[in-house]
Amino acid sequence: MTAILLAEQVLNGLQLGLMLFVMASGLTLVFGVMGLINLAHGSLYMTGAFAAAAVAGATGSFLLAMVAALAAAAAAGALIEVTVIRRLYKRDHLDQVLATFALILIFSEGVRWIFGSFPLYLDIPVWLSGPVTLPGGIEYSRYRLALIAVGLAIAGGLFWMIGHTRLGIRIRAGADDREMIAALGVDISKLYTAVFALGAALAGLAGGLVGAIQSVQVGMGEPVLILAFVVIVIGGIGSIKGALVGAILVGLTDTLGGIFLPTALAALTDAASANSIGSAMASMAIYVLMAGVLIFRPKGLFG
Amino acid sequence: MTREGVINAVVLAGFAGFALFAYVANEPFLITLATRAAIFAIAGVGLNLALGVGGLVSLGHAAFFGIGGYAMGVLASHAQTFDPIFEVPFLIEGTKSMPVIWLVAIVASGLAALAIGALSLRTTGVYFIMISLAFGQMFYFFAISWPAYGGEDGLSIYVRNGFPGLNTLDPIQFFALVFAVLLAVLWLSHLLARSNFGLALNAARQSPERVETVGISVYRLRLVAFVISGMITGLAGALFADLNRFVSPVMFSWQTSGEIMVFIIIGGVARLCGPVVGAALFIAMEHLLGGLWDFWHILLGLLLLGIVIFARGGIVGALVGGRR
Repeated sequence: MTAILLAEQVLNGLQLGLMLFVMASGLTLVFGVMGLINLAHGSLYMTGAFAAAAVAGATGSFLLAMVAALAAAAAAGALIEVTVIRRLYKRDHLDQVLATFALILIFSEGVRWIFGSFPLYLDIPVWLSGPVTLPGGIEYSRYRLALIAVGLAIAGGLFWMIGHTRLGIRIRAGADDREMIAALGVDISKLYTAVFALGAALAGLAGGLVGAIQSVQVGMGEPVLILAFVVIVIGGIGSIKGALVGAILVGLTDTLGGIFLPTALAALTDAASANSIGSAMASMAIYVLMAGVLIFRPKGLFG
Repeated sequence: MTREGVINAVVLAGFAGFALFAYVANEPFLITLATRAAIFAIAGVGLNLALGVGGLVSLGHAAFFGIGGYAMGVLASHAQTFDPIFEVPFLIEGTKSMPVIWLVAIVASGLAALAIGALSLRTTGVYFIMISLAFGQMFYFFAISWPAYGGEDGLSIYVRNGFPGLNTLDPIQFFALVFAVLLAVLWLSHLLARSNFGLALNAARQSPERVETVGISVYRLRLVAFVISGMITGLAGALFADLNRFVSPVMFSWQTSGEIMVFIIIGGVARLCGPVVGAALFIAMEHLLGGLWDFWHILLGLLLLGIVIFARGGIVGALVGGRR
C-alpha cells in the first residue's frame, strides 16, 4: 500500500462523500423543515440523471445537461410537492413512507416506460476528462476532482444560504416553529414548495454529475437514497452540518474499507478467502459505523 | 360474531375455496399463485404485529424474509450435495425436512431480529424507519458479496423439501400445508393481540409515557414484538424459498420490505386479515394487470397513493367501517 494509492483512495472517499452530501442535504432539509420522510428522493436523483443523459445526447453540451438535471428534478419535485407531498405533512410517518414508496413505483416504471430498460450513458466532457497531476506526484481523475470542488461549493453555498439569506432565515424559523412564522405573514405553503424543490434540484444535480461516471439506469436512485439515510442518521436528522460530517465519514469508510479490509485479512488467511470475506465485510462497514454511532449517540452526532 | 369476524371468515373461506376450485378445474398454476399469496400473507401477518399493533414502521423486514429463505437454501443445498455444513466442533449436516428447516429459519430470524431490534429500538420515529432500512440493506449486500452460497446468482434447490406424511411436490398438498401455517399464524396473532402483552403493546403505540409510568418497559415490549414479528416473517421466507426452490439476494432487497408493507396497507393496518386481503389482491393484480401491461407497477403506485391519501383503513377498514 503506497502513499499515492492511499491519497487516491482518500480523494475517492471524499468525492463519494461530497456527492452523498448533496443528496443528503435535501433529505435532511425537507425533514428538518416539514417533518417529512421522503423515500422518493432517490427518484428525483434518477430524474436528474435521465434528464442530463437525454439533453447531453440531444445537444452534446455537458453544461446544458447539468442545467437540465437541475431544472427537471426541481420541476418534478415541485410537481409532486403540490399534488401529493403537501397532503402528507400532517400525516404520520407510516403514511409518508407509503405514499413516497408509491411515488417510487410510479417514477421508476414511468422512466422505464419512456426510456426503456437499457442503461443510458453520459460522457465526461473533453475539458474535464483525463488525469491531472496533484502536488506530490498524485495522478487523479480531473472529473472526480471537479466533483469534489462542486460538492464543496454546494456545501459552502448551502451554509451561506441557511445562515445569511432571508430564505435561510425562513427555513430555520420554519424548522423551529411553523405556526409562528405563518402568523408572521410568511406564506408557508410556498416556502414548503420552495424548500422541497431546492432539495429535489440538489438531488437531480447529484444524479447528473454522478451519471457521468456510472451508467444511468432505472433503480440507480435507491442505493444512493439508502446511503443518504445512513448519512443523516449518523449526522443527526435535520442538521446540514451533520449531513456534511456524516457524508464524509460514510464516503471514507466505504472507500477505504473496500481497500483495507481485504488487505488486512490477507495477513490472517489465504488470499482468495481474504478477498471474498473482506469485500463482504467492507460492504457492511458503513452499517457497522452507523450502529456504533447510534449506541453512543442515538440522535446522531449533531442531532 | 363482529362484522370484522364475518369478513375474516369470508376471506379465509374464499381463499381456500379458490385453491380448491383451481384443483378441481385442474389449474396447478392458479394453485401456485394462491400459495404465493398465502406465503406473502404470512410475511404480512408477521410485519403487522410490529407495524399495526406496535406502531413500529420497519422498512427492514426483508432481512428476516431473506434469512428464512437462506436457512432453507443453505440446509437443503448441503443436504443435496451430502456435504456437512461443518464438522468441528460437532457435526452439523444439511436437511431436506421442512419442520427442521422451519425451526432453523425461525430461530435464525429471531436472533437477527433480537440484534437489529436491540439496536434500532433505542430510537423512534424516522430514525427507526431509516435504521431498519439500513440494517436490511446490510444483509442484502452481505448476501451479494458472500460467494459461498451463490452470491448474486442465488442458490437453486432441485427438489422441494419434504414434510412428514405429505407429498409437497403436489401443488394442492403444498398449498394446504402453507394455508395451515397461515391459519396458525393468524390464530397466534389474534391471541397475542388480545393478550396482556398485546394490549400493553397497543397502549405503548398510543402513549408510551403512560405505559412507562405504570411500570412496563416500552423498550422490552417493542423488542419482544419485533422478535416475534421477525420470526413469523422468517418462516414465510423459508416457505417462499421452498415454493420457488430458489433463494437469491432479491429476498433481502428493500423492495421486498416495501412490498410486505404494501400488503398490509392495501388490506388494512392492524386488521387481522388485512395482510391476507392485501397479499391476495397484490398477487391478483400482478397476474391480471402484469399480463396486460409491462408497467403495471404504475397502477399499483396510483392505487397505493389513493389508499394512503383517501382511504386510510385499507380494504378491510372500508368494509368494516370506522377507523382504527
